[in-house]
Amino acid sequence: MATGVDPDHRVGDLPSTSLRDTTGAALWRRPWLRGLATLSPPLAWFLVIYVTSLVLMLVTAFFTVNSLTSQIVYQWTWSNFSEIFTQSVYGTIILRTVIMAVLVTITDALVALPFAFFLAKVAGPRLRRWLVGLLLLPLWASYLAKVYAWINILSDKGVLPGIESRLGLPVTHLAYSNTAMWIVFSYLWLPFMIIPVFGALERVPDSLLEASADLGAGSWFTFRTVLMPIVMPGIVAGSIFTFSLTLGDFITPLLIGGSSSSFIGNAIYDSALNGGNLPFAAALAFVSIVIMGVYLFLARLAGAFEAL
Amino acid sequence: MRLSRLTRVALAVFVGLVILFLLVPLAVITLFAFDRSNVQTFPIQHWTTSWFSVAWHDPAVRAALWLSVKAGVVATLIALVLGILVAFGIHRFRFFGREAVSLLLVLPIALPGIVTGLALQSAFNLAGISFSIYTIIVGHATFCIVVVFNNVIARLRRTSDSLIEASADLGARPLQTFRLVTIPVLRTAIVAGALLAFALSFDEVIVTTFTAGAQNTLPLWIFGAIRLGQQLPEVNAVVVSVVALTLLPIAYAAKVSSSDQTRASIE
Repeated sequence: MATGVDPDHRVGDLPSTSLRDTTGAALWRRPWLRGLATLSPPLAWFLVIYVTSLVLMLVTAFFTVNSLTSQIVYQWTWSNFSEIFTQSVYGTIILRTVIMAVLVTITDALVALPFAFFLAKVAGPRLRRWLVGLLLLPLWASYLAKVYAWINILSDKGVLPGIESRLGLPVTHLAYSNTAMWIVFSYLWLPFMIIPVFGALERVPDSLLEASADLGAGSWFTFRTVLMPIVMPGIVAGSIFTFSLTLGDFITPLLIGGSSSSFIGNAIYDSALNGGNLPFAAALAFVSIVIMGVYLFLARLAGAFEAL
Repeated sequence: MRLSRLTRVALAVFVGLVILFLLVPLAVITLFAFDRSNVQTFPIQHWTTSWFSVAWHDPAVRAALWLSVKAGVVATLIALVLGILVAFGIHRFRFFGREAVSLLLVLPIALPGIVTGLALQSAFNLAGISFSIYTIIVGHATFCIVVVFNNVIARLRRTSDSLIEASADLGARPLQTFRLVTIPVLRTAIVAGALLAFALSFDEVIVTTFTAGAQNTLPLWIFGAIRLGQQLPEVNAVVVSVVALTLLPIAYAAKVSSSDQTRASIE
């Protein structure tokens, strides 16, 4: 390689042989400098805006609000956390949120697995393209549109009771209940589960399944011992979305949940935006981060990140 | 794995039911948008298209739509610049903390949205910044970067380095290579990333609740109206229009990028 020449004016230099030398043509000369120039704007954005905000919020969680002036009192205290852990109402809310997140995750995994299997291993390429397209449709349709649709379906004057009464079936009253929330959440996040599971299944070569069958394994045995270990990281990857999205929601509980359907998100929303108690909201958000952290740790143990 | 005929049929029926489950709600709101009645009941008695016109002429809807479009466009532009830069940085350079950077990028969508929203609100509050379109943009750009990043890095990983080598060997200067080889190779990935980022911003409601103050983006207007149970026929028309408008760029994004890239972008 020619050295000592300004890289921008290097025209006819020798063809190089090693890949490392040629990555990015002239970048090799001062790679760390170019790397720094490339990475510093996005990193600065993330560090200055996002990470700083997160840290400030976590710090705010240890402050309180003066109940008379509703100004933040910048004095270090654990009182927000002790309130969360001693008042049973917050325990109930946290438990309800986590249980719903787990239920929705399990439901979506159970639906996604056979769906993705059909998509990856049974459907032909044409049908597969169609099904993936039909899957992307509800995935990208507006979130509020989908929640609103479910209000129209489940409410007493809605589509489902309408059809049931026409058919002479017993009429269900699902709207504004925890069951309604479970249905709507499972609906909302299902594509987020199907896609990574499909991705994992797609990577399983058919020959692997044939080999298992040739060696005498039945379908169920092959499914359990060959397919599941490969698909598991996909399920865990999808579950990060279903879990996190349920955990952080406050709109679905507000719009389709009942009187006792408050989530951590609703408590945060009420404290921060209606109650003017930012520190308490921050403490609740702190709790959500810890819950998510525990979940991600468990997911990591299950080897999800290699699949991402 | 040899499946019996019965298993195949059962699987196909199950898949059909799931697709129905996924699409029926979208069909329901579409139908209700044409319901003439003020109170939506099923089955629909009289049909009309007038709610679309009512919504279109509603100044509150217009203001919200305009705010959403402005915020979405600027957030997308910021996300494009930063997302492309970070994709190049991660793809081209090996450095300490590279994994941490990838993790940092996913954090705004891996952590519950309410955490991002509240964090930004706390920071704006402590810094004494009052809510404006800029506070909305900052929030949106932060979680849109990863969408652009995912699309661009997926394309970079599939693009052979030999293209760039060949360009350099044939005498192109780095900037020429960038303009004539790198950008054309990435173009569709960039377009897809931008469209997805805009769609994400246009639809976002959780983070926006915390960074908008008293302003209404279109999703915030919809949320408020559903919550108060007011102007529901209008909500319906708006919601159906939004779905139609978001799906057009998404369909395009899915078309220009191959199936594995679409997956990368939505994950």
